[in-house]
Amino acid sequence: MSVETHGASDLAHHFDSYEQQKESATLGMWTFLVTEILFFGGLFAAYSLYRSLYPEAFRAASHTLDIRLGALNTAVLIGSSLTMALAVRGGQIGKPKVTFGMLLATLALGSTFLGVKAIEYADKFHHHHVPGALFHFEGPDAVHAQLFFSLYFGMTGLHALHMIIGVAILAGMLRPALRGAWTPRNHNFLEGMGLYWHFVDLVWIFLFPLLYLIGRHH
Amino acid sequence: MTHTQNSAAPAPHVMPVSTYLLVFLALMCGTALTVAAAYVDLGWANNAVALAIAIAKSTLVVLYFMHVKENTRLIPAVIFSGLFMLLILFVNLLADYGTRGWLGVEGR
Repeated sequence: MSVETHGASDLAHHFDSYEQQKESATLGMWTFLVTEILFFGGLFAAYSLYRSLYPEAFRAASHTLDIRLGALNTAVLIGSSLTMALAVRGGQIGKPKVTFGMLLATLALGSTFLGVKAIEYADKFHHHHVPGALFHFEGPDAVHAQLFFSLYFGMTGLHALHMIIGVAILAGMLRPALRGAWTPRNHNFLEGMGLYWHFVDLVWIFLFPLLYLIGRHH
Repeated sequence: MTHTQNSAAPAPHVMPVSTYLLVFLALMCGTALTVAAAYVDLGWANNAVALAIAIAKSTLVVLYFMHVKENTRLIPAVIFSGLFMLLILFVNLLADYGTRGWLGVEGR
């Protein structure tokens, strides 16, 4: 970031104003997020198609997921979005300690999410619900139930990969946060990281009902 | 467009902490509502309700946590262009598979 490389000036030389610099950073980040929407969108499209073709298999396979763990992780992730938003706010008002504390909280909540996800994955391996040679499913239409689990691992796996990358970036932001790298004039990196983290939360907001809550009233 | 002074740093729009807490509470209520609604038999509407709640929650995240409410209109334009591409993907995919039986061609 310009903060590190330009010493005294936190306004990069190719920008006229802080406002323009911020708008460019925001636009760039959103352009990236739009490609991410389409990246995940392909998986959501595949999910919609196969669920409409094999509703019975999807319902039966979905019922093997633990709704409590899914709901817990949803709450954890929403909580981490709150702390991330407050971390960015700390940058906006120039409070490095607030930013540091909130980034640390976000890091802890993100790691909690990944830990719960690991427990869920281990359970899937234990019950042979992982697609492949050892796949075994007692419910109806086991062949297409395998499709559900493929999409489950594909979608939550890609989501978890985004979380792991996010957690790594958060860890790298702790020291700069304490140093006061982000100021009211320029906290564009912090703001961009906030956008990324909230986007990952957004994906989960759709994944939770689509994967865990199919036909639960049956 | 006039060139602004280099020294003129904009005062960032800072949302109050209470706004973030309210959005957080609304998101938690939305999550509880989604789980509760899934256990009620609404027929085809179960899916619609789950998606409607998810879209409402996303809108809150985008507008408040992601500050789109405070951004210039360029950002919503970029977001909607992306969502429009997603719409093309879904419409063409489902129109394809949804109409394959209509031709009566063997193996389709």
